[in-house]
Amino acid sequence: MTIADLKLNQKGRIISINGKGLLRHRLMEMGFTPQTIVTLRKVAPFGDPLELTIRNYEISIRKDEAKMIEIMEIKE
Amino acid sequence: MRIALVGNQNSGKTTLFNQLTGSNQHVGNFPGVTVDIKRGKLRGNNKLEIIDLPGIYSLLPYSEEELLARDFITNQNIDAIINIVDATNLDRNLYLTLQLLSLEIPLVVALNMMDEAKNSNIFIDLNKLEEMLHVKVVPISALRQEGLLELIDKIQNVYKEKNIVNADFLFKKEEKIFNSIQCLKACFDKNNAIKFHHKYLAIHLLETDESSIPNILKKEDKEQLKEEIEKLENYYHKKHEEIFVEIRYKYIESITSKCVRKNNEITKEQKKSLNIDRILTHKYFGLPIFLLIIMFIFYLSFGSLGPLLSDLLATFLNDFNGWSKTILLNCGVSNTFVSLLVDGIFEGVGSVLSFVPTILILFLCLSILEDSGYMARIAFMIDKPMRKVGLSGKAFVPMILGFGCSVPAILATRTLHSSRDRRLTIFLIPFMSCSAKLPIYALISLVFFKAQAPIVISALYLGGIVLALLAALMIKLIFNSKPIPFIMELPAYRFPSFKSTTLLMWEKAKDFLKKAFSVILIASIAVWFLENFNARFEYVTDSNNSLLAIISQAITPIFKPLGFAKWEITASLITGLSAKETILSTLEILLGSASNICALIGPLESLSLLVFISLYMPCIAAFAAIKKELHSTFEAIMQMIFQTSFAWLITFAVYQIGKVMIMCVL
Repeated sequence: MTIADLKLNQKGRIISINGKGLLRHRLMEMGFTPQTIVTLRKVAPFGDPLELTIRNYEISIRKDEAKMIEIMEIKE
Repeated sequence: MRIALVGNQNSGKTTLFNQLTGSNQHVGNFPGVTVDIKRGKLRGNNKLEIIDLPGIYSLLPYSEEELLARDFITNQNIDAIINIVDATNLDRNLYLTLQLLSLEIPLVVALNMMDEAKNSNIFIDLNKLEEMLHVKVVPISALRQEGLLELIDKIQNVYKEKNIVNADFLFKKEEKIFNSIQCLKACFDKNNAIKFHHKYLAIHLLETDESSIPNILKKEDKEQLKEEIEKLENYYHKKHEEIFVEIRYKYIESITSKCVRKNNEITKEQKKSLNIDRILTHKYFGLPIFLLIIMFIFYLSFGSLGPLLSDLLATFLNDFNGWSKTILLNCGVSNTFVSLLVDGIFEGVGSVLSFVPTILILFLCLSILEDSGYMARIAFMIDKPMRKVGLSGKAFVPMILGFGCSVPAILATRTLHSSRDRRLTIFLIPFMSCSAKLPIYALISLVFFKAQAPIVISALYLGGIVLALLAALMIKLIFNSKPIPFIMELPAYRFPSFKSTTLLMWEKAKDFLKKAFSVILIASIAVWFLENFNARFEYVTDSNNSLLAIISQAITPIFKPLGFAKWEITASLITGLSAKETILSTLEILLGSASNICALIGPLESLSLLVFISLYMPCIAAFAAIKKELHSTFEAIMQMIFQTSFAWLITFAVYQIGKVMIMCVL
């Protein structure tokens, strides 16, 4: 599953980041690295982009990018 | 001594800069730099220059701003760096810090928002933090002006003592990387062409490969680099960029686990923001609330306070013009000169001066939106539809402002973080009919269409929007340029500081006046000259004999295919360039009354004229703003030419189709 599959307020642990080049690099630099926990906070009114909490801050990425990030669901 | 201020967006960098320099700042002219960089002297110490670099998350050149910031630090002889870090979020902020340290430039970390951190029960062990980062850390609150003296003191000491960190500490435990860095550095030491700091370059290249650095590497350097990257990837079983990012974040995790103690997972500010966002970015209420806010801003700047102040200013300027005319004439100054000074320069400049209250109010509102963190939410909400035409959500607010006045709208594109989006937005803004066009639309459509006038006016507004969308789509297809992926921090909501917002407002107005003044002055004189002189450069009293009339008559045939080939109309279109409302006043002068236009053209022609007015090049003040924001006279002129030709083509299509339709009906 990827970040795009998360439900509201559901958490996931990042397994890997697909894609390549600058975009992948940038996503990692913003904190999306393996083992990091992501929470889906909100979906924008038009269904895209997403608001996530990662490394104690809120970030917004589009679904296209969210689909690049593989996660494992964390059961509460 | 030159100090660069470097930090993440939303870390309070601009506030710190304003506190350190006061009003003692200006936009610096740096060679080869297209993004405005502010610099200023430290208050009470002229020897210390502080440079405010764009807010960045990484030294990796991902956006134009980041490329600029990195090149600036590496090329422009910076003596020291103040790295401003948000104490409430060390987890991400320290990433940039670790990159900056590899530059091995004297550096002090300014730990900002300490008050907020304390408030959220976040305790930071400063000694331990200094020990782990190997640099001085000064706790400050830029907003409350706490810790600033100590910060300046420390940075001067670090610089004087040449107290430079050895960046190796980050890779001490990673022997393989350490060796690769040393090996590459040894290569670079032999290459004289390399002006970058060698160790930084080695790390940077190992992380990104050579593609992002200009061709300064020798063949053997490149081979060595390739070999080292392969070695590392084989050892770690990861892509090279991943190795470095992970090492930095692992180190940060060990810092936060040892230096930071907090009671809650999220800060009070974050919690508050999540709650506010339940309403402000709500699935159904979010957009209506946004529309209400925008409407309120419009009401303030174009409906109530703005016009009130503008009118006051206009009345004053009018009186001033009257007095100066009387006084000068009484003193025996020649008629022509008084006319040049008062009717030409004063009136022309005055008509632009009356923009200023509107600009001030709009910018006050805008900087509140930006500083409070709401702008990021607007971008978040509106991103999806904007992306369809190749823009990001952030471009929405400047475009909306275009319905008020193109000038502040164009200046507002500054809030966009990519140069590509900024250019595209500047290009599209003039398609939004500005408020000065409304009286023209109203008068002409009332004369010709009476009860149907509101439909015509709405169609003109809508037409502009549709054409802007089409133009954006066309550009997207032609240049095949993809919008840069939208990766945006949603900062916690904060109360904007009074000082920052007013300073920003003042700066915008000052900037605009300064740069626009020359263009507007020349334009005013030119229009005055055209209106009052004939081809033999003699002063004329009858405007039918003026140069304007002669030129208009010469240009008029161009408008034949559009249906309104009358020189009076051409003349009004020309003077309309100084400010669109002038179109009406010129028609007034030339025709006795603007409604007499029905004697010149029929309904279809009037429609075609309206379409042309809605699309042709914007006024000279907007041109000045475009020139300023694009940093290029050539590009600004090209945009004017494009828009006028585009307007001609569209109007041509409208008129010809209209003619055919009428023929069919008859």
